Amino acid sequence: MSSAEAGSVVRDRAHHASVGRRRPRGRFLRSELRLVLTRRRNLALLAVLAAGPVLIGIAVKVSAPDASHGEGPPFLTSITQNGLFLAFTSMVVALPVFLPLAVAVVSGESVAGEASLGTLRYLLTTPVDRTRLLVVKYVSIVLYGALATAVVAAMGVLTGAALFPVGDVTLLSGTTVPFAEGLLRTLLVAGYVAAALAAVAAVGLLVSTLTEVPLAAMCATVVVVVVLEILDQVPQLDFLDAWLLPHDWLAFGDLLRDPIALDGVGHGLLVQGGYVLVFLALAWARMTSKDVTS
Amino acid sequence: MSTTDLGAATSVAAPSAGLGPAVATTGLTKRFPGGQVAVNGIDLHVPTGAVYGFLGPNGSGKTTTIRMLLGLVAPTGGSVALLGEPMPRAASSVLPRVGALVEGPAFHPYLSGHDNLRRADDADRSTDPHTAEARIAAALERVGLSAAAGKRYRAYSLGMRQRLGLAVALLRPRELMVLDEPTNGLDPQGTREVRHLVRDLAADGTTVVVSSHLLSEVEQMCTHVGVMSAGQLVAQGPLEQVRGASTTRVQVDAADAAVAARVLTGMGLSAVAPTPTGVVADLGDAVPEEVLAALVAAGAGVRQYVLHRPTLEDLFVTLTGEGFDVER
Repeated sequence: MSSAEAGSVVRDRAHHASVGRRRPRGRFLRSELRLVLTRRRNLALLAVLAAGPVLIGIAVKVSAPDASHGEGPPFLTSITQNGLFLAFTSMVVALPVFLPLAVAVVSGESVAGEASLGTLRYLLTTPVDRTRLLVVKYVSIVLYGALATAVVAAMGVLTGAALFPVGDVTLLSGTTVPFAEGLLRTLLVAGYVAAALAAVAAVGLLVSTLTEVPLAAMCATVVVVVVLEILDQVPQLDFLDAWLLPHDWLAFGDLLRDPIALDGVGHGLLVQGGYVLVFLALAWARMTSKDVTS
Repeated sequence: MSTTDLGAATSVAAPSAGLGPAVATTGLTKRFPGGQVAVNGIDLHVPTGAVYGFLGPNGSGKTTTIRMLLGLVAPTGGSVALLGEPMPRAASSVLPRVGALVEGPAFHPYLSGHDNLRRADDADRSTDPHTAEARIAAALERVGLSAAAGKRYRAYSLGMRQRLGLAVALLRPRELMVLDEPTNGLDPQGTREVRHLVRDLAADGTTVVVSSHLLSEVEQMCTHVGVMSAGQLVAQGPLEQVRGASTTRVQVDAADAAVAARVLTGMGLSAVAPTPTGVVADLGDAVPEEVLAALVAAGAGVRQYVLHRPTLEDLFVTLTGEGFDVER
């Protein structure tokens, strides 16, 4: 603590450097991503998601389901004919609970985690503009959701290719397309799933600005998603369905038809976009007006 | 004597004459939603270049005030100007020039000290990433944490955490440092080092606001003080002025207490009171040497003659009350 010169040297250097040289942008976002992706818990979640397709693949390989019964997730029987379908099946299985859970964990941590550690007050006095903080947090959650989706899809494709025959893909509409096109369709489906998770991320971000307890924020976000899914299943509430976030999630089957049917997916994207806008606006209103006493 | 003291005190503030105050608030008020008034219309005035000791018992509103200065909490009344610019409107241009330690350090437990500093620097738009490593190394060096830079924050002792908090404030040059309880958890050596650090900063022209409970420490490093009690600023100004040279007490142990008392009263000293061994009185404007000479000349039989200058602690207790009772 003794060297006063160190300080003045730094001061000079910082001063010289601050004149002229161009600064790379996105430093804070990269720092945020590093924080999210070096956290053991978040990596463990990705590992669990990666294990899903492998488990499903092995289960299907071992039990070789009887196609005639037509039970289970819609793509299950197709897997034995083409390994690529393992990727779709995995996403069908992961989308209702596991993927939103992963996003809820990261989003719950985002603002509430900083508040509970006390680092929020230091970020804000750095200063990080409150709007900028929200944007960076939101983008990092969305990217984590996209990464989680990519992990599920990639593990699905890899495991499928390892355990089952791959080749030309027979789409749900009965048309057969080359394997490369099948991969492209997988990418489209993953993109749609990632968009669905972006809406979950917006919900999670709002919840995270409302509390200083990250675990509470995570649970609340999962509860919101699950309640919406349950409402979606209640026949008496059919009139609500079109406005429920998870209603069109599994519409991604439409992306596996030829030509691609856009009704369900289009409506889904529209509703999800609406959720993103509304929840981000609420999060912004909350974040920019709240007293930070943590 | 008292006049010279005041003169010295004002000369400390003199360099700030050309500049505006580093911190100025007018009628700053915070009423929390529950109706509790944490801060009640205070007018802080921290001259540029001062080392300002911000004192007050727990719960007196110091931290809420500091949070309002830094834009963390929105005032419900009054205004804040930091380095001459209005807060929180000018936060993005003012806060990079302000280093802050608010209510203890806070870092990510799983990151190392170095990585935590890196994150703090990455969040700061005003710094140059090309010099980040050099600045981080220098800041760690300055707070004596170089050897522990790679250790996870969770393994740090309380003192190390406090030092890391200071290191963040040292990542770039600052014009104003707001240090809330900077010596909390530090051992005597650490406390000394913080004192030196504050002195170095002040010598470089940085204005420093230090809140502390350790009054002897504030006395050693501050040029100005402000005292909070129950949400109000009950005293503020240059240290000597606030401490008030006029209330110096003189204690005379004498063989003939009655003669001593008569002499003191005769010289215009007030509040003359007997003690088991003699008398005490307020010195007031009297010159202590002349008082002693008069006592000896009058044959009071002086055995001991002591001047009690009030300490900051005496003042503090006078202003904010005694005991453990939380005010509200």
